[in-house]
Amino acid sequence: MNVLTDNLGRYGEGLLGTVELTVYASLLALVLGFLMAAFRVAPVASLRAFGTAWVTVLRNTPLTLLFFAVVLGLPRFGVVLPFQLFAVLALGCYTSAFICEAVRSGINTVPVGQGEAARSLGMTFGQTLGAIVLPQAFRSVIPPIGSTLIALAKNSAIAGSFSVTELLGTYKTLNELGYSIIWTFVWIAVGYLIVTLTISAVFNVLEKRWGVAR
Amino acid sequence: MSGGTALYDVPGPLARRRHRLYGVLATAGILALVGWALYLLFDTGQFTAEKWTPFAYKGIQEMLLRGLANTLRAFGFAAVLSLGLGTVLAVGRLSDHRPVRWVATVLVEFFRAMPVLVMIFFVFVALKVQPLPALVTGLTLYNGSVLAEVFRTGVDSVDRGQREAAYALGLHKTQVMTYVLVPQAVRAMLPTIISQLVVALKDTSLGFLITYEELLHAGKLIAGNLDYGLPFIPVVMIISPVYIGMCMLLSWFATWVAKRERRSLKTRAVEVAPAEPGTLLAGPAGHPR
Repeated sequence: MNVLTDNLGRYGEGLLGTVELTVYASLLALVLGFLMAAFRVAPVASLRAFGTAWVTVLRNTPLTLLFFAVVLGLPRFGVVLPFQLFAVLALGCYTSAFICEAVRSGINTVPVGQGEAARSLGMTFGQTLGAIVLPQAFRSVIPPIGSTLIALAKNSAIAGSFSVTELLGTYKTLNELGYSIIWTFVWIAVGYLIVTLTISAVFNVLEKRWGVAR
Repeated sequence: MSGGTALYDVPGPLARRRHRLYGVLATAGILALVGWALYLLFDTGQFTAEKWTPFAYKGIQEMLLRGLANTLRAFGFAAVLSLGLGTVLAVGRLSDHRPVRWVATVLVEFFRAMPVLVMIFFVFVALKVQPLPALVTGLTLYNGSVLAEVFRTGVDSVDRGQREAAYALGLHKTQVMTYVLVPQAVRAMLPTIISQLVVALKDTSLGFLITYEELLHAGKLIAGNLDYGLPFIPVVMIISPVYIGMCMLLSWFATWVAKRERRSLKTRAVEVAPAEPGTLLAGPAGHPR
């Protein structure tokens, strides 16, 4: 029990690391995911091909392999960044493929008639997209994006094994200090539960506010 | 063709010309990106004979194959066991007895909310188990509880009339489940189940972090070899196609099954839900579609 009270600072540092990783990687994943979704529905064939390749490759790559390639591989090209940035890159790129698919299927759920009606009213492409399609797509996209970001938070645990400060990595120091290993893991589990439950609560609120009632 | 979306009309001649221009520009951009990557690879000397010779040696090839075999072994165990655990937990969640239902629900929600890696490390470090059983246990607990949820939603999404008709014929609950609901649910859920197995296959690479001697581990050993000038990038170039290829094959199989299901008469009464990562505490509307 006193594992937590004795090492509040260490746990706090780890939790903060996990939260930071999650937030930055989420932002990167959302931006890249939206961009790739735009590519995948673009009327330009080469962009579509690029988006499809990005999604197919990243969705089928084990995250550990991606971490391995990014954290240990990029330095071979003379790219030297802090480990945390590498981790954000790997996590963000990996998750962007899932965000892209969620956004794309959200756009595809908007009935074709909506776009046709908008155009026949004389709206431009920008207006159709901004006022008609995206607001509707956004609603059906909230739950899948929520579960993708929860998965991201859980995946961030892998970063700990690549010399990034985060929650799971704290077990090593505590183990060396001779604390009960079971309790160490119980508090790590509680930390992850806090993070994932917070994300899921945020998305529940978002969904209640804007989601589609089906 | 993006004909299915609400975004664009069928393009006319002017729009087609514009799109062609964009296409040329985008292709040029993408080719420039690829070219730059290739230039970097050549520039840093990743294609020198020194870095590629190890792969011509029999010992190293065998090491990689052994790694692959270990990966597949872990995947096989994890797949079979998580299907089993998923069935047990799903039966628990669909039980008529409240305590059983509660226990199953708590287990499923807990294991879905935990990172797989935490479970693997817990079993490996705290319970002091060998790497393979630790990896398989972690994967089984996580994928089993996700699959339980898949099975449960599958059974729940069978058309209500099927269940009612079966009860009206005087079947009892076990018979209704085994003869009527489960066969239809499993058929409809097969694509989702296979996609979850893809996740399990990908996650076997987590064994690398607990020194299980799988494919990535074999790659790491080769990559750290000073005699061949640290052939790190060649190793990644050899390993990633293997992983990506295996996962893609399974994913394609899932898509193929899904396509067949959509045409099949036998799954009429079930709505096939799309495969998606596990949701924690689904929104008020129930499981999101």
